[in-house]
Amino acid sequence: MIMSKGRKAYQIVINIILVLVALLMVLPLVLLFMSSITDENTLVVNGYSFFPAKFSLGAYQYIMQNSATIFRAYGITIIVTVVGTAGSLILASLMAFPLSLRDLPGRSILSFYVFFTMLFSGGLVPSYIMWTTTFHIKNTIWAYILPNFLLGAFNIILVRTFFSTSIPNDIYEAAKIDGAGYPTIYWKIVLPLGKPILVTIGLFAGLSYWNDWTNGLYYVNQSDMLSIQALLNRMIQDIQALAAHSTADSGALMQIPQVSIRMAIAFVAILPILLVYPFLQKYFASGIMLGAVKG
Amino acid sequence: MKTKKMTAARFRQYIPLYIMMIPGVVYLFINNYIPMAGIVVAFKKYNVNDGMFGSPWNGLKNFEYLFSTKDAAVIIRNTLLYNIAFIAVNTIVGIMLAIFISDVVSKRMKKLYQSSILLPFLISIVVVSYIVFALLSHENGMFNKSILPALGQAPMQWYNDTTYWPVILIITNCWKGVGYGTLIYIAGIAGIDQSYYEAAELDGANKWQQITSITLPCLIPSIITLLLMQIGKIFYSDFGLFYQVPQNSGSLYAVTNTIDTYVYRALMTSGGIGRSSAAGVFQSVVGFTLVMISNLVVKKVSAENAIF
Repeated sequence: MIMSKGRKAYQIVINIILVLVALLMVLPLVLLFMSSITDENTLVVNGYSFFPAKFSLGAYQYIMQNSATIFRAYGITIIVTVVGTAGSLILASLMAFPLSLRDLPGRSILSFYVFFTMLFSGGLVPSYIMWTTTFHIKNTIWAYILPNFLLGAFNIILVRTFFSTSIPNDIYEAAKIDGAGYPTIYWKIVLPLGKPILVTIGLFAGLSYWNDWTNGLYYVNQSDMLSIQALLNRMIQDIQALAAHSTADSGALMQIPQVSIRMAIAFVAILPILLVYPFLQKYFASGIMLGAVKG
Repeated sequence: MKTKKMTAARFRQYIPLYIMMIPGVVYLFINNYIPMAGIVVAFKKYNVNDGMFGSPWNGLKNFEYLFSTKDAAVIIRNTLLYNIAFIAVNTIVGIMLAIFISDVVSKRMKKLYQSSILLPFLISIVVVSYIVFALLSHENGMFNKSILPALGQAPMQWYNDTTYWPVILIITNCWKGVGYGTLIYIAGIAGIDQSYYEAAELDGANKWQQITSITLPCLIPSIITLLLMQIGKIFYSDFGLFYQVPQNSGSLYAVTNTIDTYVYRALMTSGGIGRSSAAGVFQSVVGFTLVMISNLVVKKVSAENAIF
């Protein structure tokens, strides 16, 4: 295809603009990384910068040497993300499959029961009182998993819509003739055929568990129960949160490369996302489209 | 007689389905419905021993107290104005980027641009606040150490000075969130019939004319839908953005305190639970009304995008 002169110029202009925009999007993350590998003294003198005068892996060395707090936090985040995501998928698919069957008695009441939670919310105060006084989840791993993120109406609706539009009802009828009950149909037919939507909502559930810091803020104050995001949140105010578990004496605090370590831990926290993003981005994109279509 | 038997038999086969739904129904009951009933706490003089439902009634005292403070006006103003600014900026920037990206000829570059603008969307707001800190930290920040000295300006006490925070928050929000809308608008543009553009070109329309008389009009349904959905949520603010990014700095509250940060901070203050729950209920009720209204309007504009 031959492009006219005007078109060529237009292509050049929009590509320049978009390259600049793309840089603006990515550079802050580069700054985070560069800051984490800058020598501590250089940081104190020159500040955070893209082009540090002196590199150092001191912050990462510190993380490796005094790994107790950070590895523990990382472990908690991984457990929470895995359990929470698995739980979300199980609950959402178990709820969505019956709702996708048109002839289920009581379907519309149950759908409304799910849907109404999107319209009205009791807010933080009653939830906080309930989770802390009735369920006593404070400072337990459940504090990260249970409140808010386990099952949302929005996911149920997305999965239900996928089941009812993408899986032909004839398959169910055929399975029933072969003597399969609904549990078998769910397990052998619905879950395998529903894989695309389950991967998508699983990805978003995993992302929100990995990135969540609010449940940690509300329900966890014990330093050995901090997730990685909760630890980061704590470190903003108080770098000592990091030293709480390495050693008891205050000398430990002196050795923390205080300025660079914040950035190192923040970078470590987003590293898994950066690593999987290139492979999973089409699912992220399709998830956003789905969300836009309904809701 | 026969039909009745059939229904009973049919009903029996549905039983496993109801059992499958029990975990989800129970979870929603606990996580969503009990707190909904718990809004009564805003009308009570809460004490831990009597609990949410047993504490003595207190009429509208909590609300009277909340609205007698200056905070009420500030948090409502901040929540609304920031949301309006966010909606305006992200819509305009999102549409612009979507038009540009859709016009890029090279498939590879197109994909690269899309991936990079979506990347910040996946980063936790705590980490975002660290990046902002790397830029604005008083002692080590890039602005105070490199950029301002290079411009011959004196360093600033960013976290104590309210002047620039509205701009900082709008930029941060745009950086983090614009990819979402852009992606949706790109899909909208991809759905436009190419023959419109071919016809326009034959008639000698330039790029700008094509954008204003084809692309934008065709995008209007999705723009309006997204707008109305955001307006439905205009009474809710992004807690992380307003709590984390200004690092909970007290001297910035005048321009960073929103309903959500207020509810949290009051809840964590001893004796603050009354005004905290009052603000929360106020948000829930107004929020509910706005969702209903915006959905009614969506229904009028494009029925297929209405959420119910």
